[in-house]
Amino acid sequence: MKKFLALSMAAAMTLSLAACSGGTSGSTSGSSTGSTGSDSNTIKIGLIANTTGGNAQYGIAVKNGAMLYVDSLNEAGGINGKQIEVIAYDDKGDPTEAANAYNRMADEGVTAVIGAVLTGTTVAVADLAYNDNMPMITASATAPSVTLLEPEDPSQGIRENVFRACFIDTFQGEKMAHYAADRMGAQTAAVIFKTGDDYSEGLKNAFVETCAELGITVTSEQGYAAGDVDFKAQLTTIANENPDVVFCPNYYEDDGMIVTQARQVGVKSTFLGGDGWPGVAGYASAEDLEGAAYCSGYGLGTNTEFEASYEEKYGEPITGMFEPLGYDAALLILDAVASAEGQGLEAGSADYKQAVIDAMKATNGTEGLTGTFSFDEYNNPIKSVSMIKLEGGVEKFSEQY
Amino acid sequence: MSIVINQLVNGLQSGSIYALVALGYSMVYGIILLLNFAHGDIIMVGAYAAWMCMVNFQCHPIVSMIIAIVTSMVLGVVIEKVAYTPLRSAPRLSLLITAIGISFLLENGFQLIFGAGAKTVPSMITGSDIVLGGVHLSFPAVVTIVVSLIAMGVLTFLVQKTRLGKAMRAVSEDMGAAQLMGISLNKTISFTFAMGSALAGIASVLYLCSYPQATPTMGSMLGLKAFVAAVLGGIGSIPGAMIGGFLIGIVEALVSAVGLTVWRDGVVFAILIVVLLVKPTGILGKPVQEKV
Amino acid sequence: MNTNYRQIPMPVRYGINTVLLLVLCGGLVALSAAGVLSNYYTSVLVLAGINIILTVSLNVATGYLGQLPLGHAGFMAVGAYAGGIFMKATPLADLVRKGNLVEGIPYIVVALILSGVVAAIFGIIIGVPALRLKGDYLAIITLGFGEIIRVVLTNIDSVLGFELTYGASGLKRIPMISTLAVILVCVVLTCLVIHMIMKSRHGRAILSIRENEIAAESCGINTTYYKVMAFTLSAFFAGIAGCLYAGYLGSLYPNTFGFMKSIEILVMVVLGGMGSMLGSILSATILTILPQALQEFSDYRMVVYSLVLILVMIFRPKGLMGTYDFSMSRLLETIWNKLSPADTNRKGGQPS
Repeated sequence: MKKFLALSMAAAMTLSLAACSGGTSGSTSGSSTGSTGSDSNTIKIGLIANTTGGNAQYGIAVKNGAMLYVDSLNEAGGINGKQIEVIAYDDKGDPTEAANAYNRMADEGVTAVIGAVLTGTTVAVADLAYNDNMPMITASATAPSVTLLEPEDPSQGIRENVFRACFIDTFQGEKMAHYAADRMGAQTAAVIFKTGDDYSEGLKNAFVETCAELGITVTSEQGYAAGDVDFKAQLTTIANENPDVVFCPNYYEDDGMIVTQARQVGVKSTFLGGDGWPGVAGYASAEDLEGAAYCSGYGLGTNTEFEASYEEKYGEPITGMFEPLGYDAALLILDAVASAEGQGLEAGSADYKQAVIDAMKATNGTEGLTGTFSFDEYNNPIKSVSMIKLEGGVEKFSEQY
Repeated sequence: MSIVINQLVNGLQSGSIYALVALGYSMVYGIILLLNFAHGDIIMVGAYAAWMCMVNFQCHPIVSMIIAIVTSMVLGVVIEKVAYTPLRSAPRLSLLITAIGISFLLENGFQLIFGAGAKTVPSMITGSDIVLGGVHLSFPAVVTIVVSLIAMGVLTFLVQKTRLGKAMRAVSEDMGAAQLMGISLNKTISFTFAMGSALAGIASVLYLCSYPQATPTMGSMLGLKAFVAAVLGGIGSIPGAMIGGFLIGIVEALVSAVGLTVWRDGVVFAILIVVLLVKPTGILGKPVQEKV
Repeated sequence: MNTNYRQIPMPVRYGINTVLLLVLCGGLVALSAAGVLSNYYTSVLVLAGINIILTVSLNVATGYLGQLPLGHAGFMAVGAYAGGIFMKATPLADLVRKGNLVEGIPYIVVALILSGVVAAIFGIIIGVPALRLKGDYLAIITLGFGEIIRVVLTNIDSVLGFELTYGASGLKRIPMISTLAVILVCVVLTCLVIHMIMKSRHGRAILSIRENEIAAESCGINTTYYKVMAFTLSAFFAGIAGCLYAGYLGSLYPNTFGFMKSIEILVMVVLGGMGSMLGSILSATILTILPQALQEFSDYRMVVYSLVLILVMIFRPKGLMGTYDFSMSRLLETIWNKLSPADTNRKGGQPS
């Protein structure tokens, strides 16, 4: 008994040690919050991206894209003569870390947040940001539940403070079904998707539903699990059904292997994909991919000026839509911040945040890299998709659809 | 009918990779009673070695394959010397935790060096597919199955007919007695690790033939399932590991074929649990009497 | 013991410890409420608390019982989902939104107990067959169970045909009940209960199994019973930690509770010292706070973890603290005895 109490003491002491250090740094950050008042020369913007861990390539792309815009804005004199200071934290793709990162930057006095990148982390951040009414925009989280309070029931309301620059999962699935019917005249379709994956299942469900409306027969829905590298069992089934198109709403690394193995087991159909596809050309041979089409938020080569300046700054070319989406996310939220600044409100105050949110909501016709932006009732952008086709091993922009 | 055969071939292909990896687990367990958690990651290192050779140094595919296999072999021995030898007399739990630590070190180290994204390995072997009476056999699948059967044959010969193989069997029978007979423990254990890791290297090359991507975590699930295969066949038994590997591969293919993909990992682990509860020594394992 | 050595009477010890505990916990909560501890630091403390509960609970199975379960995250997941689903169904969400957590206390208590009990039931279901095996086999079978729990949580909805866990898209909008005060109370209670059990007859039986199972059995100890008991106890508190985690983050994903999570908890136990509660508490706290402090080095975090794990195993296989446990009273007694050497003729009395 005594020993136990002693032990808990130790626990409490350790905690308090942490608390002490926490207390001091807490107060310093408190003072810096004070200095972000309207009289200071910087506007603090938070940026949460997973720059390490399993899906770091997306996080790094979004972060670089966003920083490119911020830097160009700062060079041009910033907003009302104030420079933008970006406080960036890595969430490692982990919702817990994302929540920590948000709390931390909120303490440090950010007035708006760009992030996060993946759906899970974004929802965790959105939950916290909603309580603070902190303006927030995600560049790339496509799940409906990011802006909807109850994903299954839009009537429950939305998180008014949360916006996104990308289109949502269901939208892509619908678009691709329409594309299969209109442009390819498909009668039958099969789907191979990643089970247990919000994104993949979201696209698949919307595709299958729209196919039913359009009169396309879905011959089978084949699932695979995260981490799988062998899809031959599912693809052998698809090969025997021989559908006109195979919808493959996954990320490019998996897609590359799926297409390669599909050809090995004798699938002749045309492959269709979603915005996880950009970069697929490096993961399967040109012959296997020939004719495949996918939709994306950005068609490579549609804005050479942006692509050149990106390559100049970071030493490598952009890989797909994540860089331009990051750029657009920064553009949209900083436009809104500029309008709040223009009203002379005190940075970080409730009115200021509301003004940023109102300005975001009122966005109408802002020209971004990935389209012309305005937001619908669920804070999702209304814009067209870029259709990309694989020709001779090259991903070519074919049309706005 | 042909679809069933196709699925069986799919199963045999992944099964032969499991079997090669399972052999490494089984041999190491047989000799020092260690679950070498890092074994799966040796495959990953082998795959990265092949990728480096092919992409960065433009080596010939055959040279790359040999380098991948040698790298795996050397890594296996180094791990044994650095991490497991100092712990030979330590509690088994410490050894197991060390193995987990090595596995994590390799995965995270490679992620740090090469990034989390997949590296595409250019195809190493090419050949036309074989069609036998309506049954479509992909070339990599045939190569994988044939090469692994050959590798297993060579291993069986080494273990049964050579002096070192005999020493290996003696050490796994009774370490103390083997030492008294003048068998060098260190040499034998290193030899076992080298053999097991070389098999993992072969597995990694075969893996790349069909799934040409290397990622830092590619070895972990593969290793776990190969381990299940080793337990299923009877851990410590060489033919058992082969049978277990093929069985797991076929079960996976069949579960996916009937549309239950999402439950596939669940089914594999359920098999593991059932085997452990009903016959912990596996299909071909010898019952062990616990001494007081 | 040397008769010169004076002991502090038991009631006084309880008094000292209770007062110190209250001061520290109360102080922390007050600091947090007064805004001295910012949201961020409070949230890191909350996470540290959750990790302490996880580590101390795994320590029961690993340190005290001497087994190596690799599926601890599975129990945490079961608890998290049980608690999360329950809390979503109660009016807690409204109460939290209004900031009226006091009225929600009954629901929170029920949720915590429920998640603990559900996890404990899984502990029995898994423990009874698994504990027939030993060592490596036990490690592997628990790993298998842990993975199966994750697969089931991901896919159960499509089998049952209604929405329970929401599969991979995650259980969302769980009321965020894990305030610092709630966490501190749970940490203290967890340590208290585990400490008391380990000091009781049952606890000594569990320890004897670790030392030598065959000898323990021949002394008439029902080893199966005690093994399952320790395992269940460990699962119970993992479930509570899971519930607190659900209440901290507000959304749950099955993939959070993979093999990696189990290993992360295991690293904390091993580093602290298997069988040392102080070690568990210290290492859980440090390993939660350190990565936050070292954000810039986050790339190297996992590499350093694994290196440390290997080095500790090679050079200090019992962990940093070994089985050493800290006692405040013992420390006070030592100081007291040093400062005023006792009169040999009197026992335990004050110097006259």
